[in-house]
Amino acid sequence: MTFLDADGLTKVYGEGCSACLATTGPEYDRNRCPECDSVVACADVSFEVRDGEVLGIVGESGSGKSSVAEILALDADATAGTATIRGHGDVLDADYQRRREIRDEHLGMVHQHVHDGLNLSFTGGGNVAEKLLSAGWRHYGDIRSRVRGLFEETEVPVDRMDDSAETYSGGMQRRVQIAKAIANDPGLVVLDEPTTGLDVSVQARVLDTFRRLQREQDVATVVVSHDLSVVRLLADRVLVMRQGRIVEAGLTDRVMEDPHHEYTQTLINSII
Amino acid sequence: MTDAEPESLEELHDPSSEGLEGYNYAYLDEHTKREVRRATLKAISIPGHQVPYASRAMPLARGWGTGGIQASLSLLGPDDVFKVIDQGSDASVNAANIRRLAETTADIETTTDTTAASVIQTRHRIPEEVLTDDQILVLQVPVTDALRRVDGSDDRNRTRHAHADYSKMWVALYESVVQWGEVDIGARYPVMVEGRYLMDPSPIPRWDVPKLHDADNLFVFAAGREARIYAIPPHTDVEPLAFEDRSFRVEHFDEEACDACGSTDTFLTEVEGEDGERRFACNDTSFCEKRQRNSDCAKDDHLERSDIAWGPGTGIDPNGFVGDGGEDI
Repeated sequence: MTFLDADGLTKVYGEGCSACLATTGPEYDRNRCPECDSVVACADVSFEVRDGEVLGIVGESGSGKSSVAEILALDADATAGTATIRGHGDVLDADYQRRREIRDEHLGMVHQHVHDGLNLSFTGGGNVAEKLLSAGWRHYGDIRSRVRGLFEETEVPVDRMDDSAETYSGGMQRRVQIAKAIANDPGLVVLDEPTTGLDVSVQARVLDTFRRLQREQDVATVVVSHDLSVVRLLADRVLVMRQGRIVEAGLTDRVMEDPHHEYTQTLINSII
Repeated sequence: MTDAEPESLEELHDPSSEGLEGYNYAYLDEHTKREVRRATLKAISIPGHQVPYASRAMPLARGWGTGGIQASLSLLGPDDVFKVIDQGSDASVNAANIRRLAETTADIETTTDTTAASVIQTRHRIPEEVLTDDQILVLQVPVTDALRRVDGSDDRNRTRHAHADYSKMWVALYESVVQWGEVDIGARYPVMVEGRYLMDPSPIPRWDVPKLHDADNLFVFAAGREARIYAIPPHTDVEPLAFEDRSFRVEHFDEEACDACGSTDTFLTEVEGEDGERRFACNDTSFCEKRQRNSDCAKDDHLERSDIAWGPGTGIDPNGFVGDGGEDI
């Protein structure tokens, strides 16, 4: 069953004009509108995510994949398009009160930059507790045991729970973000570059942890990465983006083994 | 000034300028009073919400009660009886000066008796004696926003108030319990008003915080420096932020009693005498004097009812828990 239905997601930075969408894209090899100089971060991005499915979005820097992630996580407004989450309607159209409620209780986001995802002056446990407190948890003992449980699940040392998050290693910070993202059992988790900046062995452990949690909890996930191996490991289906547009979509194995679009072929050949 | 410089003291001191002569009634011009009253009315209609107003320059430095003076002077009329207290004391220089300003310009009676006053301006205390529905308590406010403890940006904090997003304050409480075993906020304990706005109750001790809940009187909070007024109307729900299993606690003085009147049910301050000995004494001096005359004087003696909840009652839990208490740390 479809959990998330994104239709025509478009984000234009700048004033925008009627020519923006028609004069940008992979066929023109540009995302800046020649008429008004606006940047078309993404345009007409449509996809579905089913229950328990992991959708990967790959593309080079500036291809618009993070813009899509930000729109889905309700961190940025879309210029056009709808994102319908089952049971909540079009979440992009919701007023701020509803948006906040959906963000706090039904969405989880793992940010590329730790400063966007965590408050480093708080303890690691406090960062996870923030998500619970936003959702209305008011029992200290319950919050403590839930945070402890989440630390165990994400394999962050529980005895570091009450240390300031800035004293954590990069891998631990990423895990704390995952713990925070899944704290309220959200319906949808968005991972933006979940392994960027981590060394290879830590990458593997973070991915392992997330893959296990994702299977156990059967949560719909969108994972955005420039790293094809991350997407290959996590995603069931994949979208390939370039200059703000989807150039190819399909089952991960099919796209990896038999890429149809010229750009995808280059992308895969250049990495493997 | 075109006139020549005054040549004698008599010339400088013009007796005709004493009292009301030369001043508008209650010092402030009518336009200012209207401005302050308008803000006060708006504050009363949105309990706990900070309402901006045009704070005027006052004849004393901002931060010394200029907001309180403007609120008080805009409320006072010829029939009012005015009391001013500074941290429980009627006798401090600042309290005496503010009282005298109102006396000379608003032609009102002043008192030190809490039960006799109709308007009470106070700095950092709520009187021990129960206030009634025909009294107004004006509190001086140095810091208007409880959220400033966790974020210095007023801009972001205003957005948080608009969205009723107080999670950052809650995380600060969580962190404080993690570190200290309880919430480490003494004065300025954050409260939720009517389940909507987070409010800074001004630096009253925790002891006074429960008095804000479901009171008979009106509380007006006025900040001169920050130009904000907010209010708690009578019978408003005011709840100090606390976890369900870590109840709000007030200060406790163990077995200590007031050195002057012997009270054990009042907010005590520790003072060091000239002999170097430490003693505890009532912070509310006017009530302490009453108790010295009559040790049986209750906080609600002036009322017909005697079942009124007004702050921590007599015989409070030695741990300072109010109400059901809770699990100890």
